[in-house]
Amino acid sequence: MPPDLWQFLWGQMRRQLRVGMSKPGEVLNPLLFFVMVVTLFPIGLGPNPERLALLAPGILWVVALLSNLTVSGRLFAADFEDGSLEQLALASHPLALTALSQVVAHWLLSGVTLTLASPLFAVMLNLPVQAIPVLMASLLLGSFSLSLVGAIGAALTVGIRRGGLLLSLLIIPLYVPILVFGVSAVSEAANVGDPMRWLALLGAFAAGGIVLAPLAIAAGLRISLDS
Amino acid sequence: MADILLGARDVAIERGYRCLLKGLSLDVERGQLVQLAGANGVGKTSLLRALAGLGRFGVTGHIARPQALLYLGHLPSTKPTLTPVENLRWHPSGRVAEDDQAIVAALAAVSLTGYEETPIHHLSAGQQRRVALARLWLSTEPLWLLDEPFTAIDVLGAALLEARLVEHADQGGAVVFTSHQPNRFGDRLQVLDLTQYAA
Repeated sequence: MPPDLWQFLWGQMRRQLRVGMSKPGEVLNPLLFFVMVVTLFPIGLGPNPERLALLAPGILWVVALLSNLTVSGRLFAADFEDGSLEQLALASHPLALTALSQVVAHWLLSGVTLTLASPLFAVMLNLPVQAIPVLMASLLLGSFSLSLVGAIGAALTVGIRRGGLLLSLLIIPLYVPILVFGVSAVSEAANVGDPMRWLALLGAFAAGGIVLAPLAIAAGLRISLDS
Repeated sequence: MADILLGARDVAIERGYRCLLKGLSLDVERGQLVQLAGANGVGKTSLLRALAGLGRFGVTGHIARPQALLYLGHLPSTKPTLTPVENLRWHPSGRVAEDDQAIVAALAAVSLTGYEETPIHHLSAGQQRRVALARLWLSTEPLWLLDEPFTAIDVLGAALLEARLVEHADQGGAVVFTSHQPNRFGDRLQVLDLTQYAA
């Protein structure tokens, strides 16, 4: 990678991180959403520890997915509204790589934060202790894939007013394999099985996504900017 | 031919079901200052975006442009919570070097000395506009496409900007801008009234 391209991508990522850190609400809102929704399940299902432990992998993963959905839609909105996206499109550097750096910054602020906080919620739902490292690993890999897929939808709908519903229709079907792999990994670990094949699938999804998704995101952004 | 920085041939622009312009041809040479003029809605911004390579749906014809150009639209492309130095250092156009001395000098050129580390949401609208315009003092691109550059800046700012545009043209660059302001550049300015191309 040419040094000036690397410097540019690093600069854009620092810019996104700096903007994200200067608005703590953007980092805390998905986490707060996660806390509130996970807390509702013991109230709704009753405080039976065995039942909660059985449902914990699904609950934690579905809420993580919805939490990602709430922030993914706005991934490029601010850049679109202030003209930064136009400038990114005119930059001499590939838009796909710039978009990837934006997604990585978004993931660091949302997915990684959620992953670090997840053991707390796992304990709250009585998830077996041996499943917690697997939960964290699956969320780390899975949230990156969720961010990549969410960014494709965000790129396609960024120019559309009230595009939230369209975004959900576009990306929720693509979220399903990630959800299945993630829940399966945590369930296997909770039942003292082998979660590695599911984690490997999540890794493969993330590896494929890191190659293909930026191209789709860049194409989506260009369509949004050109229309 | 080497002196032509921007060439447009038989350009037509449609927005929705409405044809804004048709049959427009234009050559912009080094040293030229070109003002796109015309009433509101005639298509000045649409043409400028098309010349930059943006908003391509509905644009037909041939446009030859240099790979590196500076486009400054209505939108500032700055982040309110970042300082002027940060906004220019990490500018999304990717053509501003991480040279803080040059950035501080550019901010001084637009009379923003002392505001280098102030988040720009604490600045006035005019000062925020100056932050966006400071890119002109950092630019190395030969072709500048500027949409209403004189909007929201005071008399002193306008004079500084005017001098910078002339300096750029004198150094072998070219500037195409939209404006409703009266001619500030005398005989130096070529005015292209888009009304004649209205469909």
